[in-house]
Amino acid sequence: MDSPILRMEHITKKFPGVTALDDVSLEVYPGTIHGLCGENGAGKSTLMNVLSGMHPYGSYDGKIIYDGEECRFTKIKDSERKGIVIIHQELALNPYMSIGENMFLGNECGNSVRIDWSETYRQAETFLEVVGLKESPRTLIQDIGVGKQQLVEIAKAFAKNVRLLILDEPTASLNEEDSQNLLKLLLSFKNEGMTCILISHKLHEVEQVADKITIIRDGGVVETLVKGVDDIDERRIAQGMVGRELNDYYPKREARPIGDICLEVKNWIVHHPQYRHRKICDDINLTVRRGEVVGISGLMGAGRTELAMSIFGKSYGADISGEFYINGQRVELKSIKEAIQNKLAYVTEDRKSLGLVLSNAIRENITLANTKRVAQLGSVIDKDVERNHAGAYAKDFGVRCSSIEQEVGNLSGGNQQKVLLAKWMFAEPDILILDEPTRGIDVGAKYEIYTMVNDLIEQGKSVLMISSDMPELLGMCDRIYVMNEGKIVGELTREEANQEAIMMMILQASTRREK
Amino acid sequence: MVNYAKDALKKHALLVVLLITMLVFEVLLVQAGRGSLFSAQNLTNLIGQNGYVVILAIGMLLCIISGGNIDLAVGGIVILVGAIAGTLIVEWGLNPFVSILLCLLIGILIGAWQGFWIAYVRIPAFIVTLSGMLTFRGLALILMNSQNIGPFPVEYRNLFNSFLPAHWLPEVTSELVFISTLVVGIVLSLVILCVKFFSYLQRKRKGYTVRATELISPVLLCAGILFLFYRLGQHNGIPAVLILLGLLFLVYNYFTQNTVWGRHLYAMGGNAKAARFSGINTKRILFFAYANNGFLASIAALVVVARFNQASTQAGMGFELDAIAACFIGGAAAYGGVGKISGAVIGAIFMGVLNMGMSLLGADQNLQRVINGLVLLAAVAFDVISKNRRSAA
Repeated sequence: MDSPILRMEHITKKFPGVTALDDVSLEVYPGTIHGLCGENGAGKSTLMNVLSGMHPYGSYDGKIIYDGEECRFTKIKDSERKGIVIIHQELALNPYMSIGENMFLGNECGNSVRIDWSETYRQAETFLEVVGLKESPRTLIQDIGVGKQQLVEIAKAFAKNVRLLILDEPTASLNEEDSQNLLKLLLSFKNEGMTCILISHKLHEVEQVADKITIIRDGGVVETLVKGVDDIDERRIAQGMVGRELNDYYPKREARPIGDICLEVKNWIVHHPQYRHRKICDDINLTVRRGEVVGISGLMGAGRTELAMSIFGKSYGADISGEFYINGQRVELKSIKEAIQNKLAYVTEDRKSLGLVLSNAIRENITLANTKRVAQLGSVIDKDVERNHAGAYAKDFGVRCSSIEQEVGNLSGGNQQKVLLAKWMFAEPDILILDEPTRGIDVGAKYEIYTMVNDLIEQGKSVLMISSDMPELLGMCDRIYVMNEGKIVGELTREEANQEAIMMMILQASTRREK
Repeated sequence: MVNYAKDALKKHALLVVLLITMLVFEVLLVQAGRGSLFSAQNLTNLIGQNGYVVILAIGMLLCIISGGNIDLAVGGIVILVGAIAGTLIVEWGLNPFVSILLCLLIGILIGAWQGFWIAYVRIPAFIVTLSGMLTFRGLALILMNSQNIGPFPVEYRNLFNSFLPAHWLPEVTSELVFISTLVVGIVLSLVILCVKFFSYLQRKRKGYTVRATELISPVLLCAGILFLFYRLGQHNGIPAVLILLGLLFLVYNYFTQNTVWGRHLYAMGGNAKAARFSGINTKRILFFAYANNGFLASIAALVVVARFNQASTQAGMGFELDAIAACFIGGAAAYGGVGKISGAVIGAIFMGVLNMGMSLLGADQNLQRVINGLVLLAAVAFDVISKNRRSAA
């Protein structure tokens, strides 16, 4: 076997108060895809930041040997010069610039007083071809979808002469189809000799493409599995990550009789807020019963989030028409406040921008949607009562924090998600709309969130769950609606539902449309 | 205990810096033989000269918390409301109390005008208030015919620019002033201590976590109050404007820290979208912040005309910048969501101390500007750098 292209030896990285990495060693061989798995906060990102020079040489102990020589990167530029490029989970593209401009940002063609635009776009075109993106390099980033943006990031890496490509959660915000395309692309790069490190929570994807998988837990390496030698499967990876046996991904729910219809939407039509002629949701009919988990499946852009938001006090869309019933009573919710008063809650997919106030304490975030519950005379907050309530919710939801006075911005993604859920449970809803409740969250936290959903159902509440993670919907829902291009194209019971059936419905709907 | 001291220092860093600055000036002044910052006369002047900045800073802080919005028009509101007060009281001879009510009402209307464009039409606050800055000053000068209006009747001036108890008793000796002022200080301190102590006991009884160290800061606060009133008693007694400031501080501090609306204001400044998705009417809060700022600016206007005994064509010049600087020195975040009333008040006093200290030392006016500018930058830089360090850790 070849000698490794990258050897990280005995890396130890300490932050004040915590050891993020404790004697971690990693070997990556040329022309392979190396998977890196671990829970949130296990140390994957720190390890990659050490490699890229984001944490400069000297701020950690240990050695990095790349291409046979020891490297002492002090800034990201140093590692990029060697062909090591990281694509972070949150895309770093400027929406108001074109694909070409983004691709060469910080790496412009020409010299410092004159940018050579024709050369920029010529090269951009060739790199776009490499990643198989059929877009003009002059298209603005804001006009293309997330899936294509991800490809632009990869093309950008090629523009930097990448030899070792590191992808941090590349498929977190992609739908099933785009994810598969991306993975195929990675495999084709591998065949051309490129080396990849792939960090992902989606274990089946890692399992599908990786030649080797290193599992990290609490800042240390648990084990490295080799394809063809070890018996690699999702369960084994998951167990390694969590450090305990996971009997079932999806906790069992007591079989309970499902109650009456508590939410019903009839002939619901929502138009785009700017382009008023475009129907984002077209003639939607759906029902949710008491004690039921109802899923909405569909590709990205199918209009699921928009539907949920339009239901939640018309917080999205224009010219909304249709009928809306809660417990059989026709109501019209004109604002989010009215929606909350009618015992509805919407847990957003975008927790950082729509869900949480990152500069506020956990306590303040938990009580925000229903501050009156801890107030006397309707508007004077009793902080002691608030502290008790918020503390109890944070504990129930297993938020890991030093105190409830901690700023939410300093928590990990999984913990932020738990605070978000706690916040909406504090509002005491009867019907909870969950939009991608487990996106970008590790296996352990996912399990806890599923358990919470089951607890809610046992209390006789109802859940409407939107997710791009099909196994999650299949594992959790009593009934699944399939949405495509703003319409509901099918409805499946728990027994009928499987991945193929859902995909078939989407594909058939799309082809019908084309005809 | 060491930890407690550390935490307390961190929490009250600004206050500590203020005290150190005062001590440094004190040493310099005593050495130069130019009197003392803590003399009865100078402490009284400090309050009189900076009262309006404190009032404006409180109003400005609410705008800044709501999302880093500033109000450039407060100087314009001060001169316009001052001109209206002059017209009503001096030229028309209207009853002062009726005039005050009318002025406050007009202040609220002006604030509401700005709030409407900012919150409901969604024009950036910077532009709306820049327009207000020009419009209101222009209107005021038209109303005043570019002439100062004055002098104001004594009964009006006494409301804002008098000393207690001197103006309320027929015959006063300096002993009586001293004793009564000190008694007020003692009673005030006792009230503060009792309130804090009883709430401490009550919370302990209800089983909430309490720490005995919570009682240290009220004790120190009371010591400061006693010293201040002791000094004030040696001069003319309690300035009326101090009572006004105390009331405004209590009301707005309570509003921001203990009411649902106050909480919503912070949430909106931290993340307006998330606040909206929590069912908070962000437009109404933004509107309120600006309407309220108009109200407070009109109070400041009433104080200013009383102090100078005329509605001046130069009034309110640069006031908006003083208020904004006080808020940022006081720890408000430039993008909103963070900041306290106590911080803004201390920031305003801080600038007052700087100006007074440098004036007493005989520093040049222009040099004072330079120092003020650098202090503002240093305060914000300190805030940003310490935050960066925290997030890097």
